[in-house]
Amino acid sequence: MVPPPEATLAAAPRRSIFAHEGSGGTLPKWAPWGAFVGALAFCGAVEAALGWFTIALMLVFGALVGIVAIYAWSRVVEGARRAKDRAITMAIAAAFGVSMAPLISLLYEVVSRGVKGLSWEFFTSDARGVVGGGGAEQAIVGTLVITACAAVISVPIGIMAAIYMNEYGRGPLRRALTFFVDVMTGIPSIVAGLFAYSLFELFFGPGIQMGIMGSIALSVLMIPIVIRSAEEVLKIVPDHLREASYALGTPKWKTITKVVLPTAFAGLVTGVMIATARIIGETAPLLVTTGVVDSTNANPFSGRMQNLAVYAYNEYRSPGVMKQASYDRAWAAALTLIVIVMILNVIARLVYRRYKTEIR
Amino acid sequence: MFGSQAKPKAEEGRNTMSQAGPVTETSSEAPGGAPAARRAKTLEAKEVNLFYGGFHAVENVNMTIEPNKVTALIGSSGCGKTTFLRSLNRMHELTPGATVRGDIELDGEDIYAAGVDPVAVRRLVGMVFQQPNPFPTMSIYDNVAAGLNFNSGKVSKSERDAIVERSLRGAHLWGEVKDRLDRPGSSLSGGQQQRLCIARATAVSPEVLLMDEPCSALDPVATLAIEELIGELKKEFTIAIVTHNMQQAARASDTTAFFNLEESGKPGRLIEIGPTERIFTKPTQKATEDYVSGRFG
Repeated sequence: MVPPPEATLAAAPRRSIFAHEGSGGTLPKWAPWGAFVGALAFCGAVEAALGWFTIALMLVFGALVGIVAIYAWSRVVEGARRAKDRAITMAIAAAFGVSMAPLISLLYEVVSRGVKGLSWEFFTSDARGVVGGGGAEQAIVGTLVITACAAVISVPIGIMAAIYMNEYGRGPLRRALTFFVDVMTGIPSIVAGLFAYSLFELFFGPGIQMGIMGSIALSVLMIPIVIRSAEEVLKIVPDHLREASYALGTPKWKTITKVVLPTAFAGLVTGVMIATARIIGETAPLLVTTGVVDSTNANPFSGRMQNLAVYAYNEYRSPGVMKQASYDRAWAAALTLIVIVMILNVIARLVYRRYKTEIR
Repeated sequence: MFGSQAKPKAEEGRNTMSQAGPVTETSSEAPGGAPAARRAKTLEAKEVNLFYGGFHAVENVNMTIEPNKVTALIGSSGCGKTTFLRSLNRMHELTPGATVRGDIELDGEDIYAAGVDPVAVRRLVGMVFQQPNPFPTMSIYDNVAAGLNFNSGKVSKSERDAIVERSLRGAHLWGEVKDRLDRPGSSLSGGQQQRLCIARATAVSPEVLLMDEPCSALDPVATLAIEELIGELKKEFTIAIVTHNMQQAARASDTTAFFNLEESGKPGRLIEIGPTERIFTKPTQKATEDYVSGRFG
C-alpha cells in the first residue's frame, strides 16, 4: 500500500532500517542447506515410495523443492523481499551445480577408467611389433611435437596480426580482417585437415602424411583464437601509456615492443595457452594429415605421427585381441591428455600471476 | 617533502644534452642563472586551426609561448585548450581523423613543415598528462630512464644513473625514492607518480614541457608540490600548462591565455593573452573578466 504523497511527507514516521515485513525474524545460518537437504530427503523418500529412485532425479527434484521450501520458509519468517533473495540465491547455486555436474562426472569417469591403463610401459614404449599391447610413447611424443610446431607457427602470426589489427589497421581492411578472423574461428576442424592435406598433396603427391602437415592444419584452427585473444588483451592496454611513450619521442614500433607488449604480456601468454589447450586434443584433422602409427617418430618432417586423441580413437575403433586392454589404453590416453592440458593451464596461471600488471 | 634545495643540476646533463637532438647552440644565455649550454625555446602558433574530422575544434590561434616562462591556458571545458596543447608536440594528429592547419614554430622552424618527423618533434617538446601514467611494467628507475632506453642508442650505465638522479632530484622525488628505485612505479602515491612522470619527461632533455592539467587528479598538498616544481622547471624549460584551476594559473604562471567558445558546437578561440597579473586584474575582454571573476565557467 502506497500512502498518498502528502501523508508520506507530513505524517509518516521515520522509516525503520529493520526488516518489518513478516515477523521480523531471521532464518538461522544453516537454513539454505537445511532446506536443500530436507528437500533431498523428502524427494528421495517420495521417489523410493513410488519405486523410481535414482540419484540424479533426487538431486533435480530436490533442488526445485528446496527453492520452493526456502522461499516459503523465509517468506513467513523474514518477509517477501528476503524470501525472493533467498530463492534466487538458491536457484543460482543450483544452476552452478548443474553446470559443474558434467565436468565432475567426466573427470571422475576419465580418471577412474584411465588409471587402469596407466603403467610405466604406457609412457616409455611404443606399439611397434606388439600384438594387442604396447605403450603410447609415440602418441605422447607426437602430441607434444605436433602441438609445439603448431604453436611455433601460430603464435607469431597470430600476435602480429593482432598488433596490426589493434595498432595499425584502419578502415575497410581492418574490418575485413576482423570478419575473416571470425569466419576462421568457425571453420570445422576437418576442413582445416583437408586444407593441409591438399596443400601438401600438391607438392608431395597423394597419400602424403607428415607431422608438420598436422601442425599446419592445427595452425589454421589456432591462429584465429590467438588473434582474438591477443586483440582483446591489446585493447585493454590503455591509450595513455602509448601517449606517454610517444610524448618521450618514441617511434610507434618501439612503443609497441617496449610498452604495449610488455604491459599485455601476461594476458598474451594466457591467450596462447588457451589456444594451445584448444587444439591439443584435435582428432579429425590429424587423422587425415598425420595418420596412425605404431612406432615413435619425433621428426615432424618425415613419416607419420600420431597424437593422443588419434591414439585413443584408434584403440577404441580397432582394438586388438584383448579388447579390454585396448579400451583401457584409450582411457589412459584421454587421461594423459587432460593432465597435459591441466599442466599447460597451471603454467599459464603461474605466468599470469608473475607478470600481470595492474592496468588502470 | 624533499627540500627545495634540490635544484635541477643542468650542468651534469650538458654532454648528453648536446647529442640528444639537433640543438642549435647559438646565442642568448638562458636567464635565471641556468647555464648557457641549453636554452629553452620559443613556441609560436600562427593561424592555428584544429579539426577532429569535420569538427572545427580550435579556430585561428595566434600566440607565443615564451622561453623560461610558464604559460597557462585557461578556459571552460571543451574550449579546445587541451587540443591546442596537444597540437604543440604533434600529439593531436594521433587521434584518428584529427588535422591541423596553420604553423607552429619552434624557434622559427615550423614543426608541421613537410619532412619534419613528428617523433623528433616530441623529443624536443615533452608532455605530462592529466592522469599520472607511469609504465606499469617498469621500476621507478626504468620509468625515468625509459626515454633514454627507448631512443638514445647507447648511454653508459653511469651516465644513465646520473641522468636518472638529476631528473628525480629535479622533480623533487629523489629523497623519497632513492632507496627503492627498483620498486614498480605504480607503487607510488598519485602525487609521487605525477612527479615521476615529470622526471620521465625531463630525463630526455626536451626544450619545451607541456602539461595537461597535471594536478587535477591530485590532492592539494601534492598540487602545491607540483606547482613549486613548475616554478623551478621554468629555469630550464619553456612550459605550457593547461589548468582548470584559476588559482593555480594565478600562482604558477607568468603568462595566461584565455580560451573560450561562444557556444557548444562552435570552435574554441583564444580570447586574450597577457601577463598573468594583468589578465587576472585588468582583463580587456568582457568574457575574460567574467571567467576569471568566476561569473561563469
